[in-house]
Amino acid sequence: MSINSFILEAKNLGKVFSDSSGKLPAVNNISFSVSKGEFLCIVGPSGCGKTTILQLLAGLLDNTSGEILLGGKPLKGPHRDISVVFQKSNLMPWRSVLKNVLLPLQIYGTPAKEAKEKAGLYLEKVGLSEFANAYPKALSGGMEQRVAVARALVQNPRILLLDEPFGALDSFTREQLNLELLSLWRDQNITAIMVTHNIREAVLLADRVLVLSPRPASIYREIPVNLPRPRTGDIEYTREFVDLTYQIRKAIKA
Amino acid sequence: MENSSESAGTTKRKHNRAFMAGWLNGYGIGLLAFPFGVVLLVVIWYLVTKLGDYPAFILPGPAAVMEEMHKIIVNGVLWIHVKATLTEMAGGLALGLGTATILGYILAKSPILERLIGPYIVASQSVPAVAIAPLLIIWFGTGKLSKVLVCALVLFFPVLINTIVGIRSVDAGLKTLMKSLHASRWQTFVMLEVPASLPVLLGGLKIGVTLSVIGAVVGEFVGADRGLGYLINLAKGIFNTSLMFAALIALTAISLTLYLLITALERWLLDWRD
Ligand SMILES: Nc1ncnc2c1ncn2[C@@H]1O[C@H](COP(=O)(O)OP(=O)(O)OP(=O)(O)O)[C@@H](O)[C@H]1O
Ligand SMILES: [Mg+2]
Repeated sequence: MSINSFILEAKNLGKVFSDSSGKLPAVNNISFSVSKGEFLCIVGPSGCGKTTILQLLAGLLDNTSGEILLGGKPLKGPHRDISVVFQKSNLMPWRSVLKNVLLPLQIYGTPAKEAKEKAGLYLEKVGLSEFANAYPKALSGGMEQRVAVARALVQNPRILLLDEPFGALDSFTREQLNLELLSLWRDQNITAIMVTHNIREAVLLADRVLVLSPRPASIYREIPVNLPRPRTGDIEYTREFVDLTYQIRKAIKA
Repeated sequence: MENSSESAGTTKRKHNRAFMAGWLNGYGIGLLAFPFGVVLLVVIWYLVTKLGDYPAFILPGPAAVMEEMHKIIVNGVLWIHVKATLTEMAGGLALGLGTATILGYILAKSPILERLIGPYIVASQSVPAVAIAPLLIIWFGTGKLSKVLVCALVLFFPVLINTIVGIRSVDAGLKTLMKSLHASRWQTFVMLEVPASLPVLLGGLKIGVTLSVIGAVVGEFVGADRGLGYLINLAKGIFNTSLMFAALIALTAISLTLYLLITALERWLLDWRD
């Protein structure tokens, strides 16, 4: 059953944006497969089409060629098994923190009591229980993204897509959140795909890194990251880590 | 004069000074200053009538107006007219807000329709709604309906524009989020569009209420047998300027009360804003 060993597959995936001013190819014929439980990072230069790829995988954009398979079946539009953490936290400012985490469950029609318990549980997992009743205006950038992660996990997705979720944070907060993300990914047993232009972040998190070309994005190289887990911030000072980041940097400049 | 009495009040309550200071900077200062302003105005008014010694039908003094006010409150005349005006405003608000909000939502969602209908709506605005009042009286009589229609017409356009702006300003990131969660149209409307545009919608309500007072009074000027606008007209006819002042004061009180109610509603519903 080799077909079913991949949870997500992109086959000759392409996206051309077209508007009145003409056609703009953003993603060019990309193929890759993601195994269940894998942490895949996609790195590439700014503007190369990373967000576009992620939005295609999320079913938020229609592809212009190729196909995406979720558990072997063609993906058409957003799917409950796939949730997204965006570059911006996208919290609803009029909802309390808890009610923001509750949102997906309300939309999916989970009974209120169960939903509330679950939202509380996930808020606890990201360490923000005491802010349950606060409005987003009271949160720092890092806390906002923690809420966004809790909201993405609360619906029990099989795949978590992340679009430079911590890109706007300072490097300390960023490392902290990346490590927290790793431990959530481990105990939720989910598949994660993160897009980033930060090479160190990619190596810290991933089992495998895809390096993209400048726009229109195609896959330059695929680099396995066989560093031991669980990983801590210290790993960044090992020889293997530095070698990998150097390899990726060279690949991007190629 | 106003400042010194406020700071005296503040120092007396030392224990919750910080709270008071915050309160004074925001909402409270207006509420505190307001009675002083009114008193000041009445004093000036009194002095002007005293020194100018005008005949009562030109400028009655505060005492004469208070007396008139007392009289029409006691004999129930004021209430009849206040009730009429309030009913017309309520009808006009319900009709005007309802249609403007629904049409605004549709136009905000459909740029094609907006391009088709928009020009007519804008063109219709070059005729002031109050100028159509006489026509509406001819068509719909001197009863409440014609006034309701004037009210609705006067507030329609500003509320329409507010609704379009409100719905269009819904954050794109939140729309994408709702889409990624597979939210239905109805869910997106209730969970995103309504709360996101609430600040602008309440702004529209504020404008709408103010305009509905104007609409009702103008309608009553043109042709009516009751209402505060009618009362003002009547007072003019019998040279009872005190009565006219009493009616104006009642009108001001209505507008002010409604405005304060909406402001309170805003503070309550929009406490999530910074
Ligand atoms: N909706 C759209 N319509 C037209 N062009 C678009 C659209 N979205 C993205 N593009 C274009 O596609 C290209 C890739 O954009 P994308 O946002 O995927 O890049 P990115 O790699 O995520 O960039 P960044 O590193 O800045 O996040 C850009 O040239 C962009 O202008
Ligand atoms: Mg991007």
